[in-house]
Amino acid sequence: MELHNLELAYFIAPLAISGISAALAALVSVTDRIVNNYGDAVININDGSKSLDVKGGTNMLLTLAENQIFIPSACGGRGSCGECKVKVKSDVGPHLPTEIPYLTREQIDGNVRLSCQVKIKSDVDIEIPDYLFKIKQYTGTVERIRDVTHDIKEVYLKLEDGQAVDFRAGQYGQIETPPYGKVRERTQRAYSMSSRPSDSNHAEFLIRLVPGGIVTTYVHEHLKEGEKIKIIAPFGEFYVRDTDATMICVAGGSGMAPFKSIFYDFIEKGRMNERDIWYFFGARTRKDLFYLDELQQMQDEYERFHFIAALSEPQPEDNWTGETGLITEVLDRYLKNEISPDKPKEGYLCGSPGMLDACMDVMRSNEMAEDRIYFDKFA
Amino acid sequence: MAPDIPLISLFLASIFTSNILLANFLGMCSFIAISKDMNSSNGLGLAVVVVLTFTTAVNWAVLNYVLIPLDLVYLRFIVFIIVIASVVQMLEMIIDRVSQTLYLSLGIFLPLITVNCAILGVSLFMEIRQYTFVQSTVYGLGSGLGWWLAIMALSAIRKKTEKSKVPAGLQGAGLTFITIGFMAMAFIGFTGLLQVQ
Repeated sequence: MELHNLELAYFIAPLAISGISAALAALVSVTDRIVNNYGDAVININDGSKSLDVKGGTNMLLTLAENQIFIPSACGGRGSCGECKVKVKSDVGPHLPTEIPYLTREQIDGNVRLSCQVKIKSDVDIEIPDYLFKIKQYTGTVERIRDVTHDIKEVYLKLEDGQAVDFRAGQYGQIETPPYGKVRERTQRAYSMSSRPSDSNHAEFLIRLVPGGIVTTYVHEHLKEGEKIKIIAPFGEFYVRDTDATMICVAGGSGMAPFKSIFYDFIEKGRMNERDIWYFFGARTRKDLFYLDELQQMQDEYERFHFIAALSEPQPEDNWTGETGLITEVLDRYLKNEISPDKPKEGYLCGSPGMLDACMDVMRSNEMAEDRIYFDKFA
Repeated sequence: MAPDIPLISLFLASIFTSNILLANFLGMCSFIAISKDMNSSNGLGLAVVVVLTFTTAVNWAVLNYVLIPLDLVYLRFIVFIIVIASVVQMLEMIIDRVSQTLYLSLGIFLPLITVNCAILGVSLFMEIRQYTFVQSTVYGLGSGLGWWLAIMALSAIRKKTEKSKVPAGLQGAGLTFITIGFMAMAFIGFTGLLQVQ
């Protein structure tokens, strides 16, 4: 009899704990059903020019993306780039602490929000620029992937089903990688397109391996020719302004990409000799330089195009005879001594955030107008 | 046997003389971390009041109707924590729905209410002191209000000290610890006025 009781006691404790846990779990999931059910909502875009029936509960950026409207976002919805601004005309509550750092006073007053931080809870009216409707998602097949330096790959994609991407030379696209290895989620990162706009059923990117980077590691170690990858394009304000000002272009590493697109676009349109172009490209050693022959040839062919490559740490075996020093020092020297000071100038920058800031300083100190210096900063 | 204490004095005692924070020093982590901002303190204080009241009541029922009859009182730590965790999870969903601002300003401290020692402490005191259901609920509510009062008082003091000149070595946490010490001493002044058990 006692043995029997003992056996029963073995089961009571686990049963009681399981019973209590199950009851609580049921309660939590019922609450979840009730509280997190936002029902259906309508997103009204630009005064009724488009309206979407969506399910509430997720953030605006993702909800719009599911409906093929892609708001620019370099960080992929983590609230760290401040790109995904949208003007919201209906009341969706006060600005969150996560949004404030990315908004100016006027934007806050005008109820501009970061769409990745705003949850769709009921019907909303929003306003987005028309050009955003041009942004689409494409699937590309890798037609060619090759090393242009020891850490930069040139990836040439053919868009599926005769799709064509309509972009201006210099704009960027987002590459989306599927979950792989220890990365559990789809991840998006922004890269400038290096292909020509006329080659619209292809897209090309130059991707430098960032140690620990999710997308760059995927492209360098996993992506093979013939495989498919998703891109969303085009984004950004980085394109050539239609003036006759002297273009001062500065790039480093994979910052070559938008300029490749811009220069080949110029050549194609026969506009290479319409204005003075100075292209400064900075690298550490000879093995970080690429496309030298092509750019050299461009310089020989077009008298108003000037290409200056500079090495900051030339190695003895490089036999380097060109410019040396940091690209900012070289830029400063040329702005002071070589480039005509009388003509108006425009700055075009592409590279690491540190390089951008340093080049901005040099340009400002050489009296270039800040609002005529263009770049896209990827956070 | 349930202690024979008038509800009103149990209520006042749990707020003042036996303040869970300043007399028992339970729930210090979020007390120190969140008190630097008054709005968040207010929100967290309110959340603690709700969680404490609910969990103490639910834990009383679980203790008296499940654990004691089945002779499983030795499992109370696990069971109490499971109850607390689920209540916090439900509260988290509700706050997220009602106020995104409060949800984000509480941040990680909202789920961490689960491991706030004050919450488990109150449930365990309730069991040790053998309160009745009504007494437990009143004690839970009172302790929550006491915690709220203490964090609001501290954040108000910190708002003042922020702008005063403080020796470099004492800025921030250092001065906060000293302030809490003084506050605890002030609350000791209430000792003996009211009985909690």
